[in-house]
Amino acid sequence: MTDRAFDAEAYVDAAAPLVGLTIDPAHRPGVLLNLERIAAMAALVMDFPLPDEAEPAPVFRP
Amino acid sequence: MTARSAIGKDIASGGALAIAAAVRAGQASAVQIAEAALARIEADDPALNSFTTVTAERALAEARAVDARRAQGYDPGPLAGVPYAVKNLFDIAGITTVAGSKIDAERPPAAADATAVRRLAEAGAVLVGALNMDEYAYGFTTENTHYGPARNPHDRDRIAGGSSGGSGNAVAGGLVPLSLGSDTNGSIRVPASLCGIFGLKPTYGRLGRGGARPFVASLDHVGPLARSAADLAAAYDAMQGPDPRDPACAGRPVEPALPQLARGVDRLRIAVAGGHFAGAGEAAEAVATVAQALGVATRTIEVPEAARARAAAFIITASEGGNLHLSDLRTRAADFDSMTRDRFLAGTMVPAAWVIQAQRFRGWFRERVLELFREVDVLLAPATPCPAPRIGQETIEIDGVEVPMRPYLGVYTQPLSFIGLPIVAVPVHLPGKLPIGVQVIAAPWREADGLRIAAALERDGVVTAPVPGNGTAA
Repeated sequence: MTDRAFDAEAYVDAAAPLVGLTIDPAHRPGVLLNLERIAAMAALVMDFPLPDEAEPAPVFRP
Repeated sequence: MTARSAIGKDIASGGALAIAAAVRAGQASAVQIAEAALARIEADDPALNSFTTVTAERALAEARAVDARRAQGYDPGPLAGVPYAVKNLFDIAGITTVAGSKIDAERPPAAADATAVRRLAEAGAVLVGALNMDEYAYGFTTENTHYGPARNPHDRDRIAGGSSGGSGNAVAGGLVPLSLGSDTNGSIRVPASLCGIFGLKPTYGRLGRGGARPFVASLDHVGPLARSAADLAAAYDAMQGPDPRDPACAGRPVEPALPQLARGVDRLRIAVAGGHFAGAGEAAEAVATVAQALGVATRTIEVPEAARARAAAFIITASEGGNLHLSDLRTRAADFDSMTRDRFLAGTMVPAAWVIQAQRFRGWFRERVLELFREVDVLLAPATPCPAPRIGQETIEIDGVEVPMRPYLGVYTQPLSFIGLPIVAVPVHLPGKLPIGVQVIAAPWREADGLRIAAALERDGVVTAPVPGNGTAA
């Protein structure tokens, strides 16, 4: 999904209830702008081929 | 004014180690120094908006205790009588930790000092207050809507940088010789750069974050800001050691940096970071100035995939930050600062696939950068893409391209804190221009390498942190 136009409007409508959020209409344009900014960043990260051996960085020490 | 208090005021306007030396030698009392610092804050803070709380009572009590220890023949500590202040996300016993927010101002006072504050107190330092910041540390500008913007001492219409903006302008403006900040994506290095002072972001896991309000646990660091490399090293040394309150604290043995500064740059292999870090305008000029002074102007090493590293840090930041504040975002989003709210809201909805890929990329990127450190000990890069923009400015022009100012300020810091490298921001004052910083980037756990270079550059007059109006470097 990061390699074609990202529909931030539709995404917010679907994702906000999933995390229990109601987005105030006054905040909505800023939220959309920021999601688009994050999506553009995500495109850079998701487009990069990683080997299966590349594990997430945080180390949990029991 | 009495002769004794005049001496106290004179010493109080100096650096941290100069103050400690005077107090330890009995040339000034810690109480005199504290009184002078409190008077300076009262006089100059209204113009700079550094402080959100002044802890005068505690400062005088701590100062009296330092003087008493010395009078009784005990060692009053390596930072005896040194006034300092902390970003208002560090717990101060008895004071509410607001973290730049209106929401947290409703919290009860902190029960105990943050680990870093306790360590500085044990070293004899004297806490004079808490400092302005971007709400919950999510910003590079300290244009805080609740508490007002932190103003740059070199031009009060300009930002001090952020998110540790008060930590930057309080030191740069001469209100205190030492402050503490936190750095997740550049929040110590950006204000150090824009305010023209020294800042240290240690290795991830080096200094305990206990009692410091989290922002992005994967990326949060704490560290000092000061007007000299030696003051920075002394504060850093005092804060080292294990911290049971911070699960990310690596518990490394204490490795004092201050005694190593005299070694200079001898034997350190230094190169300029190329590619993503090339910079333009003053940023490139500042790096060239430092590189030339170190004799490495033509040695450049490419850091692979740094732009992706910044992107990955951006995603982890948005998602961890958004998650941390989800409960308040659900019930009272309007109480957040308009400067941070929409980013936090967006961050709560970042898909897991992006976050996990970003964390996996982090491991990959670390391995590539560690390979570079087999060839060099230290890399140089700009700290910010430009000197301080104006308060309220929306965009900056970089190499003829207009970009949004606020996120772009972290373009050079963000890829590096992403993998926890220790970095000293050193201040360059180009003739007739506002100051700008250079990042001196060392290998993990090699803070002393960066501090040695900072001290050598300072000794040669290449980097300085003069207090505006004082006329001389302090």
